[in-house]
Amino acid sequence: MGFRWDIFWGALASVAYLKGALITVALTVSAHALAILLATPLALVLTRDRGPAVLAVKLYVGVFRGIPTLLQLLFIWNALPQFIPALQAPWFTPFLAALLALTFNEAAYQTEINRAALRSLDPGQRAAGLALGLTPTQVFVHVIVPQALRVAIPPTANEFINLLKVTSLASVISLRELLTVTNQAVASSFRFVEYYGAALVYYLVIVGVLTYFQTRLERRLAWSTHAPDAAMRDELAVAIPDSLSHRS
Amino acid sequence: MSAPIIRMRGVCKYHGRFAALTDIDLTVAAGEHVVICGPSGSGKSTLIRCINRLEEHDAGRIFVDEVELNADTRNIAAVRSEVGMVFQQFNLFPHLPILDNCTLALRLVRGLAPEAARELALGYLRRVQIANQAEKYPPELSGGQQQRAAIARSLCMRPKIMLFDEPTSALDPESIAEVLDVMADLARDGMTMICVTHEMAFARRIADRIIFMDHGRIVEAAPPQQFFSAPRSLRAKLFLSRLLRYEGSGAPGTAQTAPQAVATTAQFNLGDGSDG
Ligand SMILES: Nc1ncnc2c1ncn2[C@@H]1O[C@H](COP(=O)(O)OP(=O)(O)OP(=O)(O)O)[C@@H](O)[C@H]1O
Ligand SMILES: [Mg+2]
Repeated sequence: MGFRWDIFWGALASVAYLKGALITVALTVSAHALAILLATPLALVLTRDRGPAVLAVKLYVGVFRGIPTLLQLLFIWNALPQFIPALQAPWFTPFLAALLALTFNEAAYQTEINRAALRSLDPGQRAAGLALGLTPTQVFVHVIVPQALRVAIPPTANEFINLLKVTSLASVISLRELLTVTNQAVASSFRFVEYYGAALVYYLVIVGVLTYFQTRLERRLAWSTHAPDAAMRDELAVAIPDSLSHRS
Repeated sequence: MSAPIIRMRGVCKYHGRFAALTDIDLTVAAGEHVVICGPSGSGKSTLIRCINRLEEHDAGRIFVDEVELNADTRNIAAVRSEVGMVFQQFNLFPHLPILDNCTLALRLVRGLAPEAARELALGYLRRVQIANQAEKYPPELSGGQQQRAAIARSLCMRPKIMLFDEPTSALDPESIAEVLDVMADLARDGMTMICVTHEMAFARRIADRIIFMDHGRIVEAAPPQQFFSAPRSLRAKLFLSRLLRYEGSGAPGTAQTAPQAVATTAQFNLGDGSDG
């Protein structure tokens, strides 16, 4: 039984695979985006010293990092509708259940990343912003976030890649994401290599695209006039007349 | 003497049960140059950080240009827009080029258009002689250049008062001179300045008054001539003799020899020279 290229290409180009990949990407991106939104205020709470809010956030992080993701998925899909009858309605789809589970799960990890990023900044940065008359919100948006971002990006990209693969767990709640589609194709044909190979290509391409954007973002945050894409700053340099800059 | 621009009355500040400041009474006149010195941990930074409310005082009252510093955020904003601050570690924003460091508050706080902000900022960068560094990022500058950029960033807001917290303590001797030159220039222009520094030659030249702190209290306040030649408190005497122990003309045996030692070891040269 040799490698059947036609099956491989057929799987790659199939609507089912494409839809599966789209569901995978949509789930990953939306869960991660919501997790980051949720994690930012939680991380800000953790930068305080103590208080009930700090304890609550620590409890949340501890619980959601401690329970297997698979169990969280199963719990939200099977058990939660028993507590909340509204969730028994048809709009509570496997996608929504997976989104809910993965968001809360990921937010626990992302909280720790954001907290570490915020803590890595010199408190003098905030002091300098406030001393210049910026409001605390302006300091956060224009001084703290851009610097914390640089620290947070590499671990956040790791989390994204991890989450991308974790979405395959959602096959247990019958979400038709990429790996579910793959397994179904394999089950009806026993062409393991071709169908798994096609899935593998999809995952690698998605991760490759992400890595490309990560690299570009990191370069933009290099904060140096020697950075490879310092084109904007070169324009700025041209815009400053030489007459202004002849003094030592 | 002109009208007071800063008034502190009975100001106290606690960290838990530790008193960082106790009963601070201080009045600074408009245009006055005050130098604060004292041992490490004596509360110098805490005191000047109370003036723009980077630290909240726990008791007493502080007025800056007739505005009281209290929980009212409008008052805090009003005071901060009039008070510039320069830090020991420069605290430039590393993610912004020098020019953007200077224009950020002009745009966000003063609401200036980008073009107007740029012109204003370049003017001050020229004044501190680093206009040619405007497009660079802070870590690409020398320490002295960074501190001058930080001073320019503060001056852009056209403050009435400048606070300096050991602005030269993180610098090499040559950079120290660069920065002190800029500060002396500001002092000559009549800027109200409160400066925490141990550059005693500089203090002698520009200060109208030296304030000596210890354990969160103002122990002594006197014109520089008097402070250096005849410090009244034992603690100030001890402090001065320690400060000068390793400086040029030998350890001063008594406080009376201190001024010579201070003057002759000046790295900072303002032209008319030290009388040592
Ligand atoms: N957040 C804090 N918690 C507890 N103690 C603090 C805190 N901040 C400052 N202190 C203490 O308050 C005292 C005064 O500190 P401050 O920074 O004002 O001293 P300083 O005179 O500026 O010293 P240095 O010359 O070292 O800069 C110090 O003993 C310091 O340990
Ligand atoms: Mg200090």
